[in-house]
Amino acid sequence: MTEIRLQNIHQYFDDAHILKNIDFTFSEGKFYTILGPSGCGKTTLLKIIGGFVNPTSGDLYFGDKKMNDIPANKRQVNTVFQDYALFPHLNVYENVAFGLKIKKVSKSERDERIKEALRFTNLTDFKERDIESLSGGQKQRVAIARAIVNEPDILLLDESLSALDHNLRVEMQYELKELQQKLGITFIFVTHDQEEALALSDEILVMDRGHIVQAGSPKDIYDEPLNRYVADFIGESNIVEGEMLEDGKVSIYGRAYECVDGGVKRGTPVEVMVRPEDIILKPAGEGHLNVTVDSILFRGVHYEICVLDEDGYEWVIHTTQRSEEGKKVSIYFDKENMHIMVPGEKEEEFNERLESYEGIL
Amino acid sequence: MKRVLAIPYLLWMVVFVILPISFMIYYSFNDMSGNLTLQNYAEFLSSNYLKMTLNSFWYAFLITVITLLISYPLALVISRLKHKTFWLLIIIIPTWINILLKTYAFIGILGINGVVNTIFETIGLTQIQLLFSDFAFITVAVYIFIPFMVLPIFNSINGINKNLISASYDLGASKWETLTRVIFPLSLEGVKSGIQITFIPALSLFMLSRLVAGNKVVTLGTAIEQQFLINENWGMGSTVGVFLILFMVFVMLATRTKKESV
Ligand SMILES: Nc1ncnc2c1ncn2[C@@H]1O[C@H](COP(=O)(O)OP(=O)(O)OP(=O)(O)O)[C@@H](O)[C@H]1O
Ligand SMILES: [Mg+2]
Repeated sequence: MTEIRLQNIHQYFDDAHILKNIDFTFSEGKFYTILGPSGCGKTTLLKIIGGFVNPTSGDLYFGDKKMNDIPANKRQVNTVFQDYALFPHLNVYENVAFGLKIKKVSKSERDERIKEALRFTNLTDFKERDIESLSGGQKQRVAIARAIVNEPDILLLDESLSALDHNLRVEMQYELKELQQKLGITFIFVTHDQEEALALSDEILVMDRGHIVQAGSPKDIYDEPLNRYVADFIGESNIVEGEMLEDGKVSIYGRAYECVDGGVKRGTPVEVMVRPEDIILKPAGEGHLNVTVDSILFRGVHYEICVLDEDGYEWVIHTTQRSEEGKKVSIYFDKENMHIMVPGEKEEEFNERLESYEGIL
Repeated sequence: MKRVLAIPYLLWMVVFVILPISFMIYYSFNDMSGNLTLQNYAEFLSSNYLKMTLNSFWYAFLITVITLLISYPLALVISRLKHKTFWLLIIIIPTWINILLKTYAFIGILGINGVVNTIFETIGLTQIQLLFSDFAFITVAVYIFIPFMVLPIFNSINGINKNLISASYDLGASKWETLTRVIFPLSLEGVKSGIQITFIPALSLFMLSRLVAGNKVVTLGTAIEQQFLINENWGMGSTVGVFLILFMVFVMLATRTKKESV
């Protein structure tokens, strides 16, 4: 019932073109994450959905209902603001109660729902506290409690876990995901943290300077990024220049490799991406390329190893295999783990191309 | 070093604040021939002066309330305008004009041959005596105090984080609910400063009452003037002054803002 449809939305602030032709449909009950660098327009997009910014042009629909002229207080949307926007003249309990009081929910039901929201956000002991006396993470949780207590159809969360320490953050991630599934409402979550995006989302939107560059499931985005920008933004990657030979064959530094991509004209310059964790170290001579280990960094779960190939290009490898600096080894990757990107390709062209050879290669 | 820097201010305080107040307190215990006495206080607490006190408070109260009722919406509207600093300036400019001049201008407007009566005449109404009434007194006083009330209220409204307003709408509040539940409580400090800055001077207005209200309005301010300049009873004048200061301190404490009380 509450699918959110953005149609050719443009947003200008004075002369600055902040959102450029946003055309996207958020289906009901899914967990969406918007990823993108600072200033790319994430908050502005949320504000348009929430009703705090009127788009310069384009239409916004909830289901079949055009929402452009519906004021924010008449939308079934609640927002967790980036700066929390808690009312400083009210205490924690009163902040959470604000929306329910406005909606004239009976006192007993109100108390029940607030208790539940405070319990969910681990704030039960803080309900009498002044907002000013809270830490950043506590404020953030009050903001979440204040929004979810209203049981909206759509919840907008603007970097809502960014101020929490790692453990609490992971805990809240699980709980948010669970809450979203339990309530079956649409979450639109803005974050800078790609791991968070990958872990939580049904679908990720990657934005760049006012555009949605690519949208898709975490796996799609991670395994098949549209271009270098997305590949670099989500996860780490090794990207090398290549040239398409034929469907299923690509040449890198003049050497032909088998791959599983196609639909690209012969001779097209392409970029080949290999994720660092997909590279395997082998004894010298046994892999694709002979390399020298340049540096090793212990990253906890894995080692981050930098190697230089014979042409002097650097490759980054994430592995639990041990190695030594200066050692001569070789690197190997499966053809399934090579991903071919065509510079300048649009998302639609890219998706068509993927579909065209699906199941063939 | 810090102490040396403080000396000019200390001197200033002693010469212009502490000494005058000490003199005033001293004089308030003197009768007309210079003998120590409590008679002035006894007289103040008699019915006549108490009535005057009540009168002063009543007028100051009316002036403050009316000024607030006009200034709050005004400040709210200005804070929404595109060129708010410009409009604020328009409101503030009249404060650069001497009060006496403004008062005389009002005499010109409200007088028997003034603008208002001329208009009344041309539309066939009879001339009425607007000047020398409490209506005139309150009108002029309100006019004078509006900018002083608007400024702090505007500043506190303008300082409210825009996202708080958004959050209020987000939680379903209408414009009116947002005004009463978020904007007004958050601008209370400005309202308090505005009340202080209006109520306290309004308690002791005397020139205005003389010029615009004639002898219709008798307040503590006019009483002090009367005692000093006409009766030449400095002792009684000082006593009234002492009470006036006590009242002001009381008002200040009552409207104390959060920050000051910490
Ligand atoms: N009300 C406004 N008036 C003028 N410019 C604005 C306004 N709101 C946002 N902008 C500009 O629009 C651009 C995008 O802002 P937005 O807040 O959407 O970025 P963001 O992607 O949320 O960034 P961040 O990750 O830092 O929060 C910024 O350059 C910002 O300066
Ligand atoms: Mg933002």
